[in-house]
Amino acid sequence: MTTEAQLKRTPLYESHRRLGARLVEFGGWEMPVQYDGILAEHNAVRTDCGMFDISHMGEVRVSGPQALAFLNHLLTNDLAKLGVGQGQYNLMCNERGGTVDDLYAYRIGEEEYLLIINASRIEADVPHINAVAAGLSFPAADLQIENCSDYTGAIAVQGPRSVAVMEALLPGVSAEVKRNRIAWKSLAGENVLVARTGYTGEDGFELVIPAETTAAVWDLLLKQGVKPCGLGARDTLRTEMCYPLYGHELDEETSAVEAGLAKFVALGKKAFVGKEHLQRQTLSGTSKTLVAFRMNGRSAPPRPHYPLWVGGQAVGEVTSGTQSPSLGVGIGMGYVPPACAASGESLEVEIRSKRFPAGIVTKPIFRKNG
Amino acid sequence: MNVPSDLKYTESHEWVKLGKNNETATIGLTDFAQEELTDIVYLDLPKVGDEIEAGTECAVVESVKAASDIYAPLSGKVTEVNQAVLDDPAIVNEDAFGKGWLFKIKLADPVELDELLSDSDYEEILSEKESQDEDEEEEK
Repeated sequence: MTTEAQLKRTPLYESHRRLGARLVEFGGWEMPVQYDGILAEHNAVRTDCGMFDISHMGEVRVSGPQALAFLNHLLTNDLAKLGVGQGQYNLMCNERGGTVDDLYAYRIGEEEYLLIINASRIEADVPHINAVAAGLSFPAADLQIENCSDYTGAIAVQGPRSVAVMEALLPGVSAEVKRNRIAWKSLAGENVLVARTGYTGEDGFELVIPAETTAAVWDLLLKQGVKPCGLGARDTLRTEMCYPLYGHELDEETSAVEAGLAKFVALGKKAFVGKEHLQRQTLSGTSKTLVAFRMNGRSAPPRPHYPLWVGGQAVGEVTSGTQSPSLGVGIGMGYVPPACAASGESLEVEIRSKRFPAGIVTKPIFRKNG
Repeated sequence: MNVPSDLKYTESHEWVKLGKNNETATIGLTDFAQEELTDIVYLDLPKVGDEIEAGTECAVVESVKAASDIYAPLSGKVTEVNQAVLDDPAIVNEDAFGKGWLFKIKLADPVELDELLSDSDYEEILSEKESQDEDEEEEK
């Protein structure tokens, strides 16, 4: 197929082939969807330790004396709260309050920040970031923006045993790099960034590595018995935690307020892109809100775009849905009018022209130990 | 790849076991199909009494990742559905040619049997598929 010829490959492509991964297209990249099977990989992350190739994700460095002022204008959270070595979740909005991307911002130096953006959004984000910067007219010496995506790899190490695994490679790392923190470390003879973050709901680390060293780090982790996991398990794990996925829960027409992410929007900040809209939605409400649901009994798994019904009316659709490996039942998220969105309310999911009962639950859908 | 010689097959990876005088048939998914799907979590099967038509979608199998159609290998009336696989779809992954059977039918038109593949025909399709995959890899 012609499209396949244009797919991008990560520095771990050969490793995936050797491990017998099933490769699929994802956001323009040829990525492993599974190695052994989604259930086995999901369970490894919940009970032991798994790792994901996340090299497809984009990295943008923002530095200079105006880096903080710029990022506080570009993003929704308050980056003034970040000390060196700290990170936070952010939304990047358009002027309409819609979401250009969701991302993690780390302060990696006094005047230096690293943004980890979605693979499928690199081509939209970089021009947006540059356009916002151009509108602020800082002197060139005061603000540098560099898209490092093409020469940067990354691996997420996730699960209860991830601390022991990382301690074996970098003694002392778990005490130094606490939740939402990031630090430079030497691994496989290279400087890598080690962050205590993830997308699974488990304790874990995300390693940002120069492309040419990524496979060597992957092999070090394999030697520690870490199970390679594909995008399939990444999706079931994040859906159980109700973490949004761009293109499903978030898009250019959907705001952070509608997606239930208001706690990552610092309305107390001075002007930032999209602020007026988010402020108005916060005060006057929205026409849709994101809910999490769980099927009441046996049914086929809910899938994206299946209609959601309340009181005999189609009121919205599923944005993410799957069989929950941890709970053994269908789960999902979707947008409904705020009037139908309270936890405990019932709704129905239409699956192949039949409707199946489900209940709205508080997020996250899955909690360990209960 | 396991392809029992006493069964008939379809290109869409269903198997058929014919009963006495070719009047009835048991239908399931091949080992190849279950391995491709992995982690089967739900089955939508026809009900007893339903009429199914050869070559058309008659059931749905759901893995964690996706829903896939199952095509009727033959036309006929459904006489029995495997309740065990409805209760525990993982049985199809564990024993696709045995305990993982899906449903039984009474054949409507025995002439359709000529359209089914023998075990050697089906094996050939699987090996062609395998070499195609290898060619694709080499092109890359």
